Amino acid sequence: MIYLDHNATTPLDSRALEAMLPYLTERWGNPSSPYRFGSQARIALEQSRKRIAGHIGCAPAELVFCASGTEADNLAVRGAAYARRAQGNHIITTAIEHHAVLNTCKALEKEGFRVTYAPVTPEGTVDLAALAANIGEQTILISVMHANNETGVLQPLEEIAALAKHHGILLHTDAVQTAGKLPLPLAATGADFISFSAHKLYGPKGIAALYVRRGTPLVSIITGGAQERGIRAGTENVAGSVGFAEAVALAYDSAESEGQRLRLLRDQFEQQVLAAVPGTRINGARSPRVPNTSNITFESIDGESVVLGLDLQGICASTGSACSTGDPEPSHVLLAMGINPRAAQGSLRISLGRSTQAADISAAVEALRSTVHKLRTISSIGGTGSAR
Amino acid sequence: MANANNDIDLDLDFLPGPVLFYNEIVIDHFSNPRNVGELADEETDGFGLVGDPMCGDQMKLWIAVRNNHIARIAFKSFGCPGAIATSSMLTALAEGKSVEDARLITDDDVVTALGGIPENKRHCSLLGVRALQAALEDWERRQQGKEPR
Repeated sequence: MIYLDHNATTPLDSRALEAMLPYLTERWGNPSSPYRFGSQARIALEQSRKRIAGHIGCAPAELVFCASGTEADNLAVRGAAYARRAQGNHIITTAIEHHAVLNTCKALEKEGFRVTYAPVTPEGTVDLAALAANIGEQTILISVMHANNETGVLQPLEEIAALAKHHGILLHTDAVQTAGKLPLPLAATGADFISFSAHKLYGPKGIAALYVRRGTPLVSIITGGAQERGIRAGTENVAGSVGFAEAVALAYDSAESEGQRLRLLRDQFEQQVLAAVPGTRINGARSPRVPNTSNITFESIDGESVVLGLDLQGICASTGSACSTGDPEPSHVLLAMGINPRAAQGSLRISLGRSTQAADISAAVEALRSTVHKLRTISSIGGTGSAR
Repeated sequence: MANANNDIDLDLDFLPGPVLFYNEIVIDHFSNPRNVGELADEETDGFGLVGDPMCGDQMKLWIAVRNNHIARIAFKSFGCPGAIATSSMLTALAEGKSVEDARLITDDDVVTALGGIPENKRHCSLLGVRALQAALEDWERRQQGKEPR
Protein backbone atom coordinates (compact mmCIF):
# COMPACT_ATOMS: atom_id res chain seq x y z
CA MET A 1 0.00 0.00 0.00
CA ILE A 2 1.19 3.52 -0.81
CA TYR A 3 -0.40 5.95 1.62
CA LEU A 4 -0.72 9.46 0.21
CA ASP A 5 -3.40 10.87 2.50
CA HIS A 6 -1.41 12.26 5.42
CA ASN A 7 -3.70 15.29 5.70
CA ALA A 8 -6.47 12.85 6.71
CA THR A 9 -4.41 11.10 9.35
CA THR A 10 -0.91 9.76 9.98
CA PRO A 11 0.36 6.52 11.50
CA LEU A 12 1.26 6.63 15.18
CA ASP A 13 5.02 7.00 15.56
CA SER A 14 6.43 3.93 17.34
CA ARG A 15 8.31 6.17 19.77
CA ALA A 16 5.06 7.93 20.68
CA LEU A 17 3.40 4.57 21.19
CA GLU A 18 6.25 3.42 23.42
CA ALA A 19 5.96 6.56 25.53
CA MET A 20 2.23 5.99 25.90
CA LEU A 21 2.25 2.33 26.85
CA PRO A 22 3.09 2.70 30.58
CA TYR A 23 0.06 5.00 30.94
CA LEU A 24 -2.21 2.41 29.38
CA THR A 25 -0.86 -0.44 31.49
CA GLU A 26 0.68 0.26 34.91
CA ARG A 27 0.12 3.99 35.41
CA TRP A 28 -3.58 4.16 34.64
CA GLY A 29 -4.56 6.35 37.57
CA ASN A 30 -6.90 9.32 37.38
CA PRO A 31 -4.90 12.58 37.44
CA SER A 32 -7.54 14.11 39.72
CA SER A 33 -7.25 11.40 42.37
CA PRO A 34 -5.86 12.57 45.72
CA TYR A 35 -3.32 9.76 46.24
CA ARG A 36 0.17 9.36 44.81
CA PHE A 37 -0.98 6.87 42.17
CA GLY A 38 -3.15 9.67 40.77
CA SER A 39 -0.35 12.21 41.12
CA GLN A 40 1.84 10.00 38.94
CA ALA A 41 -0.68 10.43 36.11
CA ARG A 42 -1.07 14.15 36.87
CA ILE A 43 2.68 14.69 36.58
CA ALA A 44 2.78 12.87 33.21
CA LEU A 45 -0.09 15.02 31.93
CA GLU A 46 1.55 18.27 33.03
CA GLN A 47 4.94 17.22 31.67
CA SER A 48 3.28 16.57 28.33
CA ARG A 49 1.64 19.98 28.41
CA LYS A 50 4.99 21.60 29.17
CA ARG A 51 6.76 19.76 26.36
CA ILE A 52 4.11 20.76 23.81
CA ALA A 53 4.06 24.36 25.06
CA GLY A 54 7.82 24.55 24.49
CA HIS A 55 7.34 23.80 20.78
CA ILE A 56 4.25 25.98 20.37
CA GLY A 57 6.02 28.90 22.04
CA CYS A 58 3.55 29.42 24.87
CA ALA A 59 3.14 28.86 28.59
CA PRO A 60 1.86 25.39 29.62
CA ALA A 61 -1.18 27.00 31.22
CA GLU A 62 -2.16 28.38 27.82
CA LEU A 63 -2.87 24.87 26.46
CA VAL A 64 -6.21 23.12 26.92
CA PHE A 65 -6.30 19.43 26.00
CA CYS A 66 -9.41 18.14 24.29
CA ALA A 67 -10.41 15.15 22.20
CA SER A 68 -10.13 16.33 18.59
CA GLY A 69 -9.29 19.21 16.30
CA THR A 70 -13.02 19.60 15.74
CA GLU A 71 -13.60 19.95 19.47
CA ALA A 72 -10.79 22.52 19.72
CA ASP A 73 -12.43 24.52 16.90
CA ASN A 74 -15.83 24.28 18.58
CA LEU A 75 -14.39 25.39 21.92
CA ALA A 76 -12.61 28.38 20.38
CA VAL A 77 -15.40 29.62 18.12
CA ARG A 78 -18.35 28.98 20.42
CA GLY A 79 -16.43 29.74 23.58
CA ALA A 80 -15.15 33.10 22.29
CA ALA A 81 -18.50 34.03 20.72
CA TYR A 82 -20.36 33.39 23.97
CA ALA A 83 -17.70 35.15 26.04
CA ARG A 84 -17.90 38.29 23.89
CA ARG A 85 -21.64 38.27 23.29
CA ALA A 86 -22.17 41.45 25.31
CA GLN A 87 -19.76 43.35 23.04
CA GLY A 88 -21.22 42.24 19.70
CA ASN A 89 -22.64 39.43 17.61
CA HIS A 90 -20.59 39.48 14.42
CA ILE A 91 -18.09 36.78 13.44
CA ILE A 92 -15.85 36.80 10.36
CA THR A 93 -14.53 33.55 8.95
CA THR A 94 -13.67 32.37 5.44
CA ALA A 95 -15.47 30.39 2.76
CA ILE A 96 -12.75 27.70 2.83
CA GLU A 97 -12.71 26.73 6.51
CA HIS A 98 -12.94 23.14 7.66
CA HIS A 99 -16.51 22.06 8.46
CA ALA A 100 -15.56 22.05 12.14
CA VAL A 101 -15.50 25.85 11.92
CA LEU A 102 -18.03 26.38 9.11
CA ASN A 103 -20.80 24.31 10.66
CA THR A 104 -20.12 25.75 14.11
CA CYS A 105 -20.56 29.23 12.62
CA LYS A 106 -23.75 28.11 10.89
CA ALA A 107 -25.06 26.82 14.22
CA LEU A 108 -24.17 30.15 15.85
CA GLU A 109 -26.15 31.98 13.14
CA LYS A 110 -29.24 30.14 14.39
CA GLU A 111 -28.44 31.49 17.85
CA GLY A 112 -28.50 35.09 16.65
CA PHE A 113 -24.89 35.63 15.64
CA ARG A 114 -24.16 37.20 12.26
CA VAL A 115 -21.39 35.51 10.27
CA THR A 116 -19.44 36.81 7.27
CA TYR A 117 -17.75 34.16 5.13
CA ALA A 118 -14.89 36.09 3.54
CA PRO A 119 -14.09 35.14 -0.07
CA VAL A 120 -10.75 33.81 -1.28
CA THR A 121 -8.70 34.58 -4.38
CA PRO A 122 -8.52 32.11 -7.31
CA GLU A 123 -5.22 30.98 -5.78
CA GLY A 124 -6.90 30.05 -2.51
CA THR A 125 -5.80 32.74 -0.07
CA VAL A 126 -8.33 34.77 1.86
CA ASP A 127 -9.13 38.15 0.30
CA LEU A 128 -7.61 40.43 2.97
CA ALA A 129 -9.30 43.58 1.68
CA ALA A 130 -12.73 41.93 1.74
CA LEU A 131 -12.06 40.58 5.21
CA ALA A 132 -10.97 44.00 6.48
CA ALA A 133 -13.94 45.73 4.82
CA ASN A 134 -16.32 43.52 6.79
CA ILE A 135 -14.94 44.45 10.20
CA GLY A 136 -17.50 46.49 12.09
CA GLU A 137 -18.45 47.70 15.55
CA GLN A 138 -20.16 44.39 16.28
CA THR A 139 -17.28 42.16 15.16
CA ILE A 140 -16.05 40.06 18.09
CA LEU A 141 -14.20 37.15 16.49
CA ILE A 142 -12.24 36.29 13.34
CA SER A 143 -11.53 32.64 12.54
CA VAL A 144 -9.14 31.89 9.67
CA MET A 145 -7.39 28.56 9.17
CA HIS A 146 -3.59 28.53 9.04
CA ALA A 147 -3.41 26.25 5.99
CA ASN A 148 -6.27 24.78 4.04
CA ASN A 149 -6.68 21.01 4.40
CA GLU A 150 -7.60 20.44 0.73
CA THR A 151 -5.14 22.71 -1.10
CA GLY A 152 -2.45 23.21 1.55
CA VAL A 153 -2.55 26.94 0.83
CA LEU A 154 -1.21 29.03 3.72
CA GLN A 155 -3.31 31.98 4.83
CA PRO A 156 -1.85 35.42 5.62
CA LEU A 157 -2.29 34.98 9.35
CA GLU A 158 0.26 37.56 10.52
CA GLU A 159 -1.57 40.32 8.60
CA ILE A 160 -4.92 39.16 9.91
CA ALA A 161 -3.53 39.05 13.45
CA ALA A 162 -2.36 42.65 13.13
CA LEU A 163 -5.78 43.63 11.81
CA ALA A 164 -7.58 41.82 14.62
CA LYS A 165 -5.32 43.31 17.26
CA HIS A 166 -5.81 46.81 15.85
CA HIS A 167 -9.58 46.46 16.15
CA GLY A 168 -9.56 44.59 19.47
CA ILE A 169 -11.10 41.48 17.88
CA LEU A 170 -10.29 37.95 19.00
CA LEU A 171 -8.54 35.73 16.44
CA HIS A 172 -8.81 31.95 16.16
CA THR A 173 -6.84 29.80 13.76
CA ASP A 174 -7.30 26.16 12.91
CA ALA A 175 -3.67 25.05 12.61
CA VAL A 176 -4.45 21.36 12.33
CA GLN A 177 -2.70 21.17 8.93
CA THR A 178 0.39 23.19 9.88
CA ALA A 179 1.26 21.95 13.37
CA GLY A 180 4.41 19.86 13.04
CA LYS A 181 4.64 20.57 9.29
CA LEU A 182 6.22 24.02 9.59
CA PRO A 183 9.26 24.84 11.75
CA LEU A 184 7.26 27.62 13.39
CA PRO A 185 6.21 28.05 17.02
CA LEU A 186 2.49 28.48 16.36
CA ALA A 187 1.99 31.12 19.06
CA ALA A 188 4.12 33.40 16.87
CA THR A 189 1.23 33.63 14.43
CA GLY A 190 -0.31 36.11 16.85
CA ALA A 191 -3.64 34.30 17.12
CA ASP A 192 -5.49 34.26 20.45
CA PHE A 193 -6.74 30.69 19.89
CA ILE A 194 -4.92 27.95 17.97
CA SER A 195 -6.34 24.47 17.34
CA PHE A 196 -4.06 21.52 16.58
CA SER A 197 -4.42 17.76 16.70
CA ALA A 198 -2.12 14.84 17.56
CA HIS A 199 -3.10 12.34 14.86
CA LYS A 200 -2.11 14.69 12.04
CA LEU A 201 1.49 14.73 13.30
CA TYR A 202 2.08 11.01 13.98
CA GLY A 203 0.50 11.11 17.44
CA PRO A 204 -2.53 9.16 18.65
CA LYS A 205 -6.13 9.81 17.65
CA GLY A 206 -8.44 11.12 20.34
CA ILE A 207 -6.35 14.00 21.63
CA ALA A 208 -5.86 17.58 20.48
CA ALA A 209 -5.22 20.95 22.07
CA LEU A 210 -6.42 24.51 21.97
CA TYR A 211 -3.93 27.26 22.70
CA VAL A 212 -5.70 30.05 24.58
CA ARG A 213 -3.62 33.20 24.97
CA ARG A 214 -3.35 34.14 28.64
CA GLY A 215 -6.17 36.41 29.71
CA THR A 216 -8.37 35.71 26.69
CA PRO A 217 -12.07 35.31 27.56
CA LEU A 218 -13.49 31.87 26.83
CA VAL A 219 -16.68 30.12 27.92
CA SER A 220 -16.45 26.36 28.40
CA ILE A 221 -18.51 24.14 26.10
CA ILE A 222 -18.20 20.84 27.94
CA THR A 223 -19.17 21.42 31.54
CA GLY A 224 -18.51 19.14 34.48
CA GLY A 225 -15.48 18.77 36.71
CA ALA A 226 -12.62 21.20 37.12
CA GLN A 227 -10.24 19.49 34.68
CA GLU A 228 -8.24 21.69 32.30
CA ARG A 229 -8.73 24.71 34.57
CA GLY A 230 -12.48 24.33 34.27
CA ILE A 231 -12.42 25.02 30.53
CA ARG A 232 -12.79 21.43 29.39
CA ALA A 233 -14.34 19.00 31.84
CA GLY A 234 -13.79 15.25 31.65
CA THR A 235 -11.12 12.85 32.85
CA GLU A 236 -7.93 13.64 30.99
CA ASN A 237 -6.46 11.39 28.28
CA VAL A 238 -3.12 10.92 30.04
CA ALA A 239 -1.65 8.32 27.68
CA GLY A 240 -2.85 10.39 24.74
CA SER A 241 -1.17 13.50 26.08
CA VAL A 242 2.12 11.61 26.52
CA GLY A 243 1.95 10.33 22.93
CA PHE A 244 0.92 13.80 21.71
CA ALA A 245 3.93 15.40 23.42
CA GLU A 246 6.35 12.82 22.05
CA ALA A 247 4.89 13.24 18.55
CA VAL A 248 5.06 17.05 18.75
CA ALA A 249 8.70 16.90 19.83
CA LEU A 250 9.61 14.51 17.00
CA ALA A 251 7.67 16.50 14.40
CA TYR A 252 9.15 19.86 15.36
CA ASP A 253 12.68 18.46 15.61
CA SER A 254 12.47 17.32 11.97
CA ALA A 255 10.02 19.89 10.57
CA GLU A 256 12.66 21.82 8.68
CA SER A 257 14.44 18.89 7.00
CA GLU A 258 11.30 16.83 6.48
CA GLY A 259 9.55 19.86 5.02
CA GLN A 260 12.35 20.35 2.50
CA ARG A 261 12.31 16.65 1.57
CA LEU A 262 8.55 16.57 1.07
CA ARG A 263 8.48 19.84 -0.86
CA LEU A 264 10.96 18.38 -3.33
CA LEU A 265 8.91 15.17 -3.72
CA ARG A 266 5.65 17.11 -3.98
CA ASP A 267 7.04 19.39 -6.67
CA GLN A 268 8.40 16.38 -8.57
CA PHE A 269 5.02 14.73 -8.33
CA GLU A 270 3.26 17.78 -9.74
CA GLN A 271 5.72 18.18 -12.61
CA GLN A 272 5.37 14.50 -13.50
CA VAL A 273 1.57 14.53 -13.32
CA LEU A 274 1.32 17.63 -15.49
CA ALA A 275 3.62 16.00 -18.03
CA ALA A 276 1.94 12.57 -17.98
CA VAL A 277 -1.74 13.53 -17.80
CA PRO A 278 -3.22 16.11 -20.17
CA GLY A 279 -6.14 18.26 -19.03
CA THR A 280 -4.73 18.68 -15.54
CA ARG A 281 -4.27 21.68 -13.26
CA ILE A 282 -2.75 22.12 -9.82
CA ASN A 283 -4.97 24.18 -7.53
CA GLY A 284 -3.32 26.86 -5.41
CA ALA A 285 0.10 26.18 -6.93
CA ARG A 286 1.02 29.85 -7.11
CA SER A 287 0.36 30.42 -3.40
CA PRO A 288 2.63 29.56 -0.49
CA ARG A 289 1.60 26.06 0.62
CA VAL A 290 2.47 23.51 3.26
CA PRO A 291 5.15 21.33 1.66
CA ASN A 292 3.29 18.01 1.59
CA THR A 293 -0.01 18.81 -0.13
CA SER A 294 -1.08 18.78 -3.76
CA ASN A 295 -4.59 19.39 -5.07
CA ILE A 296 -5.15 18.39 -8.68
CA THR A 297 -8.11 18.80 -11.01
CA PHE A 298 -8.57 16.35 -13.89
CA GLU A 299 -10.92 17.48 -16.64
CA SER A 300 -13.97 15.38 -17.58
CA ILE A 301 -13.85 12.85 -14.74
CA ASP A 302 -15.03 12.52 -11.16
CA GLY A 303 -12.56 12.66 -8.26
CA GLU A 304 -14.19 9.88 -6.29
CA SER A 305 -13.79 7.56 -9.26
CA VAL A 306 -10.10 8.48 -9.38
CA VAL A 307 -9.83 7.67 -5.67
CA LEU A 308 -11.37 4.22 -6.18
CA GLY A 309 -9.23 3.61 -9.27
CA LEU A 310 -6.13 4.40 -7.22
CA ASP A 311 -7.37 2.31 -4.28
CA LEU A 312 -7.69 -0.69 -6.58
CA GLN A 313 -4.01 -0.18 -7.41
CA GLY A 314 -3.01 0.02 -3.75
CA ILE A 315 -2.77 3.80 -3.46
CA CYS A 316 -4.63 5.80 -0.80
CA ALA A 317 -5.55 9.36 -1.74
CA SER A 318 -8.65 11.43 -1.23
CA THR A 319 -10.98 13.97 -2.72
CA GLY A 320 -12.65 16.94 -1.14
CA SER A 321 -15.72 16.42 -3.24
CA ALA A 322 -18.38 13.91 -2.35
CA CYS A 323 -21.24 12.72 -4.52
CA SER A 324 -23.90 11.80 -2.02
CA THR A 325 -27.46 12.65 -1.25
CA GLY A 326 -27.66 15.73 0.88
CA ASP A 327 -24.17 16.81 -0.14
CA PRO A 328 -24.47 17.52 -3.84
CA GLU A 329 -21.81 20.21 -3.78
CA PRO A 330 -18.29 19.51 -4.89
CA SER A 331 -15.50 20.83 -2.66
CA HIS A 332 -16.59 24.12 -1.09
CA VAL A 333 -12.92 25.11 -1.08
CA LEU A 334 -12.45 24.76 -4.84
CA LEU A 335 -15.83 26.39 -5.55
CA ALA A 336 -14.77 29.35 -3.37
CA MET A 337 -11.63 29.60 -5.53
CA GLY A 338 -13.89 30.11 -8.54
CA ILE A 339 -13.36 26.68 -10.07
CA ASN A 340 -16.52 25.57 -11.86
CA PRO A 341 -18.55 22.81 -10.18
CA ARG A 342 -17.90 20.17 -12.80
CA ALA A 343 -14.13 20.75 -12.74
CA ALA A 344 -14.17 20.85 -8.93
CA GLN A 345 -15.86 17.44 -9.01
CA GLY A 346 -12.74 16.05 -10.67
CA SER A 347 -10.32 17.00 -7.95
CA LEU A 348 -7.91 14.85 -6.02
CA ARG A 349 -5.83 15.55 -2.93
CA ILE A 350 -2.45 13.93 -2.50
CA SER A 351 -0.73 14.52 0.84
CA LEU A 352 2.75 13.14 1.43
CA GLY A 353 4.36 12.14 4.71
CA ARG A 354 7.27 10.45 6.44
CA SER A 355 6.84 7.13 4.64
CA THR A 356 6.78 8.74 1.19
CA GLN A 357 9.77 7.92 -1.05
CA ALA A 358 10.61 8.92 -4.63
CA ALA A 359 9.50 5.48 -5.88
CA ASP A 360 6.04 6.07 -4.38
CA ILE A 361 5.77 9.27 -6.35
CA SER A 362 6.56 7.59 -9.68
CA ALA A 363 4.16 4.74 -8.86
CA ALA A 364 1.42 7.22 -8.02
CA VAL A 365 1.97 9.15 -11.24
CA GLU A 366 1.76 5.96 -13.31
CA ALA A 367 -1.38 4.81 -11.47
CA LEU A 368 -2.95 8.23 -12.00
CA ARG A 369 -2.07 8.22 -15.68
CA SER A 370 -3.77 4.86 -16.30
CA THR A 371 -6.76 5.58 -14.04
CA VAL A 372 -7.48 8.99 -15.55
CA HIS A 373 -7.09 7.62 -19.09
CA LYS A 374 -9.50 4.78 -18.39
CA LEU A 375 -12.10 7.01 -16.74
CA ARG A 376 -11.94 9.42 -19.66
CA THR A 377 -12.77 6.61 -22.09
CA ILE A 378 -15.90 6.01 -19.98
CA SER A 379 -16.76 9.68 -19.51
CA SER A 380 -19.66 11.28 -21.34
CA ILE A 381 -17.96 14.67 -21.10
CA GLY A 382 -15.33 15.81 -23.57
CA GLY A 383 -14.01 13.54 -26.30
CA THR A 384 -16.35 12.62 -29.16
CA GLY A 385 -19.59 11.84 -27.29
CA SER A 386 -22.55 12.78 -29.45
CA ALA A 387 -24.92 15.17 -27.72
CA ARG A 388 -27.41 15.59 -30.59
CA MET B 1 -7.65 -3.25 -12.24
CA ALA B 2 -7.01 -6.02 -9.74
CA ASN B 3 -7.41 -5.23 -6.10
CA ALA B 4 -3.89 -4.52 -4.90
CA ASN B 5 -5.06 -3.83 -1.37
CA ASN B 6 -5.31 -7.53 -0.64
CA ASP B 7 -3.44 -7.06 2.62
CA ILE B 8 -6.43 -5.10 3.95
CA ASP B 9 -8.91 -7.53 5.41
CA LEU B 10 -12.43 -6.11 5.32
CA ASP B 11 -15.18 -8.13 6.96
CA LEU B 12 -17.96 -6.18 5.29
CA ASP B 13 -20.65 -8.61 6.43
CA PHE B 14 -19.89 -7.63 9.99
CA LEU B 15 -21.19 -4.10 9.50
CA PRO B 16 -24.74 -3.70 10.74
CA GLY B 17 -27.30 -1.44 9.13
CA PRO B 18 -27.11 0.09 5.68
CA VAL B 19 -24.43 -0.78 3.13
CA LEU B 20 -21.43 1.54 3.54
CA PHE B 21 -18.95 0.26 0.99
CA TYR B 22 -18.88 -0.81 -2.64
CA ASN B 23 -19.11 -4.61 -2.88
CA GLU B 24 -17.22 -6.82 -5.35
CA ILE B 25 -19.96 -6.73 -7.99
CA VAL B 26 -20.01 -2.93 -7.92
CA ILE B 27 -16.22 -2.79 -8.09
CA ASP B 28 -16.26 -5.22 -11.01
CA HIS B 29 -18.74 -3.07 -12.95
CA PHE B 30 -16.68 0.03 -12.10
CA SER B 31 -13.40 -1.60 -13.17
CA ASN B 32 -14.79 -3.42 -16.22
CA PRO B 33 -17.92 -1.55 -17.20
CA ARG B 34 -20.10 -3.39 -19.75
CA ASN B 35 -21.13 -1.76 -23.02
CA VAL B 36 -18.96 1.34 -22.70
CA GLY B 37 -18.81 3.37 -25.88
CA GLU B 38 -21.06 4.94 -28.46
CA LEU B 39 -23.19 3.69 -31.37
CA ALA B 40 -22.66 5.31 -34.73
CA ASP B 41 -25.45 7.63 -35.84
CA GLU B 42 -26.61 5.23 -38.56
CA GLU B 43 -27.07 2.32 -36.16
CA THR B 44 -28.64 4.37 -33.38
CA ASP B 45 -32.42 4.01 -32.99
CA GLY B 46 -32.66 5.88 -29.71
CA PHE B 47 -30.45 8.22 -27.71
CA GLY B 48 -30.82 9.52 -24.16
CA LEU B 49 -28.85 12.20 -22.35
CA VAL B 50 -29.62 12.77 -18.67
CA GLY B 51 -27.94 14.60 -15.83
CA ASP B 52 -28.31 14.01 -12.12
CA PRO B 53 -28.97 17.40 -10.55
CA MET B 54 -28.14 15.90 -7.15
CA CYS B 55 -24.47 15.50 -7.88
CA GLY B 56 -23.61 16.75 -11.36
CA ASP B 57 -23.31 13.25 -12.87
CA GLN B 58 -24.16 12.79 -16.53
CA MET B 59 -24.96 9.79 -18.75
CA LYS B 60 -25.36 9.28 -22.47
CA LEU B 61 -27.04 6.10 -23.69
CA TRP B 62 -27.47 4.70 -27.20
CA ILE B 63 -29.76 1.83 -28.25
CA ALA B 64 -30.25 -0.13 -31.44
CA VAL B 65 -33.65 -1.87 -31.66
CA ARG B 66 -34.32 -4.95 -33.81
CA ASN B 67 -37.64 -6.82 -33.82
CA ASN B 68 -38.77 -4.75 -30.87
CA HIS B 69 -35.78 -5.89 -28.79
CA ILE B 70 -32.72 -3.94 -27.62
CA ALA B 71 -30.11 -5.45 -29.90
CA ARG B 72 -27.26 -3.18 -28.95
CA ILE B 73 -26.75 -0.73 -26.13
CA ALA B 74 -23.84 1.55 -25.29
CA PHE B 75 -23.18 4.21 -22.68
CA LYS B 76 -20.81 6.84 -21.46
CA SER B 77 -21.01 8.25 -17.95
CA PHE B 78 -19.39 11.07 -16.06
CA GLY B 79 -19.60 10.47 -12.35
CA CYS B 80 -18.65 8.65 -9.21
CA PRO B 81 -18.06 4.88 -8.99
CA GLY B 82 -21.74 4.46 -8.10
CA ALA B 83 -22.77 6.22 -11.29
CA ILE B 84 -20.40 4.17 -13.47
CA ALA B 85 -21.32 0.82 -11.90
CA THR B 86 -25.08 1.44 -12.02
CA SER B 87 -24.82 2.68 -15.62
CA SER B 88 -22.95 -0.48 -16.56
CA MET B 89 -25.41 -2.78 -14.78
CA LEU B 90 -28.38 -1.00 -16.33
CA THR B 91 -27.05 -1.71 -19.82
CA ALA B 92 -26.35 -5.33 -18.88
CA LEU B 93 -29.95 -5.71 -17.67
CA ALA B 94 -31.47 -4.00 -20.70
CA GLU B 95 -29.45 -5.72 -23.42
CA GLY B 96 -31.58 -8.25 -25.32
CA LYS B 97 -34.80 -7.30 -23.55
CA SER B 98 -37.97 -6.39 -25.42
CA VAL B 99 -38.76 -2.71 -25.44
CA GLU B 100 -41.74 -3.38 -23.14
CA ASP B 101 -39.62 -5.28 -20.59
CA ALA B 102 -36.82 -2.71 -20.77
CA ARG B 103 -39.30 0.03 -19.87
CA LEU B 104 -40.08 -1.81 -16.63
CA ILE B 105 -36.49 -1.83 -15.33
CA THR B 106 -36.37 0.17 -12.10
CA ASP B 107 -33.58 1.63 -10.00
CA ASP B 108 -34.30 -1.12 -7.45
CA ASP B 109 -33.63 -3.74 -10.13
CA VAL B 110 -30.24 -2.17 -10.80
CA VAL B 111 -29.33 -1.99 -7.12
CA THR B 112 -30.48 -5.57 -6.50
CA ALA B 113 -28.49 -6.86 -9.48
CA LEU B 114 -25.42 -5.14 -8.03
CA GLY B 115 -25.98 -6.84 -4.68
CA GLY B 116 -26.60 -3.50 -2.96
CA ILE B 117 -24.99 -0.11 -3.06
CA PRO B 118 -24.17 2.41 -0.30
CA GLU B 119 -27.28 4.27 0.82
CA ASN B 120 -25.94 7.68 -0.20
CA LYS B 121 -25.33 6.33 -3.72
CA ARG B 122 -28.83 5.00 -4.33
CA HIS B 123 -29.72 8.07 -6.34
CA CYS B 124 -26.99 7.13 -8.83
CA SER B 125 -29.05 4.13 -9.92
CA LEU B 126 -31.75 6.47 -11.24
CA LEU B 127 -29.29 7.93 -13.74
CA GLY B 128 -29.19 4.81 -15.92
CA VAL B 129 -32.91 4.12 -15.63
CA ARG B 130 -33.74 7.68 -16.70
CA ALA B 131 -31.23 7.53 -19.57
CA LEU B 132 -32.83 4.30 -20.82
CA GLN B 133 -36.34 5.79 -20.57
CA ALA B 134 -35.13 8.82 -22.53
CA ALA B 135 -33.56 6.61 -25.22
CA LEU B 136 -36.77 4.55 -25.49
CA GLU B 137 -38.85 7.72 -25.83
CA ASP B 138 -36.47 8.89 -28.53
CA TRP B 139 -36.87 5.53 -30.29
CA GLU B 140 -40.66 5.86 -30.11
CA ARG B 141 -40.55 9.34 -31.61
CA ARG B 142 -38.38 8.09 -34.43
CA GLN B 143 -40.83 5.20 -35.11
CA GLN B 144 -43.71 7.50 -35.87
CA GLY B 145 -44.33 7.45 -39.60
CA LYS B 146 -41.56 4.96 -40.16
CA GLU B 147 -41.62 1.26 -40.98
CA PRO B 148 -40.10 -0.91 -38.21
CA ARG B 149 -36.83 -2.46 -39.29
